[in-house]
Amino acid sequence: MLAFLIRRIGLIIPTFIGVTIAAFAFIRVLPGDPVLLMAGERGVSPERHAALMQQFGFDRPIYEQYLDYFFSALQGDLGNSLVTKRPVWDEFFTLFPATLELSVCAIVFAVAIGVPAGIYAATRRGSWPDQTIMGTALIGYSMPIFWWGLLLIILFSGILGWTPVSGRISLLYFFKPVTGFMLIDSLLSGQKGAFSSALSHLILPTIVLGTIPLAVVARQTRSAMLEVLSEDYVRTARAKGLSPLRVVGIHALRNAMIPVITTIGLQVGVLLAGAILTETIFSWPGIGKWMVDSIFRRDYPSVQGGLLMIAVIVMTVNLIVDLLYGLVNPRIRHVR
Amino acid sequence: MSEHTIDTPADTRSTGTRALLQEFWHYFSENRGAVIGMWFFFGVCLIALLADVIAPHGATTQYRDALLTPPVWQDGGDWRFLLGTDAVGRDMLSRLIYGSRYSLFVGCIVVVGAMVVGVTVGLIAGFVGGTVDTLIMRLMDIILSFPSLLLALVLVAILGPSLTNAMVAIAIVQQPHYVRLTRAAVLGERNKDYVTAAKVAGVRPLRLMFYTILPNCMAPLIVQAALSFSTAILDAAALGFLGMGAQPPTPEWGTMLAEAREFILRAWWVVTLPGLAILLTVLAINLMGDGLRDALDPKLKRS
Repeated sequence: MLAFLIRRIGLIIPTFIGVTIAAFAFIRVLPGDPVLLMAGERGVSPERHAALMQQFGFDRPIYEQYLDYFFSALQGDLGNSLVTKRPVWDEFFTLFPATLELSVCAIVFAVAIGVPAGIYAATRRGSWPDQTIMGTALIGYSMPIFWWGLLLIILFSGILGWTPVSGRISLLYFFKPVTGFMLIDSLLSGQKGAFSSALSHLILPTIVLGTIPLAVVARQTRSAMLEVLSEDYVRTARAKGLSPLRVVGIHALRNAMIPVITTIGLQVGVLLAGAILTETIFSWPGIGKWMVDSIFRRDYPSVQGGLLMIAVIVMTVNLIVDLLYGLVNPRIRHVR
Repeated sequence: MSEHTIDTPADTRSTGTRALLQEFWHYFSENRGAVIGMWFFFGVCLIALLADVIAPHGATTQYRDALLTPPVWQDGGDWRFLLGTDAVGRDMLSRLIYGSRYSLFVGCIVVVGAMVVGVTVGLIAGFVGGTVDTLIMRLMDIILSFPSLLLALVLVAILGPSLTNAMVAIAIVQQPHYVRLTRAAVLGERNKDYVTAAKVAGVRPLRLMFYTILPNCMAPLIVQAALSFSTAILDAAALGFLGMGAQPPTPEWGTMLAEAREFILRAWWVVTLPGLAILLTVLAINLMGDGLRDALDPKLKRS
């Protein structure tokens, strides 16, 4: 297991360095002079221009600039936002809990419905419930989620008036963030109705963001389950006279879950990409919306920093999934 | 003797292809959804090709007397505009019809671009091996570390928002999947007897890569092509929706949705219809992709 761990971590280091190069290159490949780009339409005088070039170190050799960037990034210095002038690192971690809260809810939603639906479909293979579940899953998988979000807003906010359209909590409530998770903070604040307000703001974004993972999890669970159900040991368990619930729920499920866990882990990239759209539609103040806003405001240090941080998160989660996979499935550890 | 050995494989090859196609169709047509998806997809292709003939109005023609006209079956509907008009009086149906061109075009270009580059790079990685392989695969890992839509969004921000740049960005983001698949398939095939035989017979590396090995790696690539076709349509629409893809007044479905957002509670048809078009097209392609996978994956075949 240790060798496996070292090998996996050894693989991630060059990727991490590559990601920092990609993020570093991002500002450099933009056409035009970086200082002029940051100055935007105001422009700068030639003297100020030279001074700024020196201040940001743009006059030094490119590899020195990169090493500088790399080591500051390792220490959490990602530069300052051009718009708010605050450190990008702080901005990111102020907004990150909102995205994390939404993503966790979305994945819980996806697993809570997707796994049972997939198991049920597998045990009733070919029946109409199976076909309905798989048909629905394929529709979910094909869903343009930005449109799905708008539809849900039309129905639940527009026609039925059940849920709010945007934001994380009603403006009536205000409390200092403790954990950054609105559901927990609203409970901690002890204000009446705050929790239900936070919850009602969360429902639609959760459904929208969780739709594609839900479809993927349901499909993956079904196919993993089908594969396991045809194995000899399952037949043995049935022949022993174990109840169908025990055979499916315990004997088969354990092995079927291995690929499903991997699939769930791999949804993190999907979730972060989906967060861009979901947060834009629901004005959810997380990093997805922040990235889009930063791109439109030409706030390049923020885009650069966000890009790096998101890649690091995806890489870390993938590493954890890999390690978990090695842990639950000994066969993987010994390959190669 | 040598003539004979060259002739024989050529003969079995031609009949082999036909038999393979027949076998493929046999398995593919068993999947009803896949066949429906295929016909729907052909229908969309036909609509896109004949857009100039079947569209009742121009895609950007404005009728100032008919702003936000609802579809015909609703009160206030106008028979001139079957699916209603948008906020500046353009016929929805015509715009949807012309929009199919953009989505299919994006899908085709992205799949062809990503596939040609990805397969070539993957063949090189799997075939050459060693340092080249490591370098290529690390590079692909780097690309895959970014969520695809985010990377595409940033690439478009660098290149400038337009449909062409969106296609380039999406192709770049998708190509690592082809590289990985091709490399894995090549590694699986490389040491088989028929490849060794070809090598011994003096087949050159290029021919060996593209002519001997590649055809035997096609099954997963075809399935991936269907998958990435639908992803490309979704991503291009998402970029259009975010204002980073096709620019108004282009009747691209995602861009149409972005323009319609402010009328979301007043005029359901301007929001609902473009999204429905995206969903149905993507669904049809995914249905087809599932059918392709079942038909081409020997593991799932129940002979």
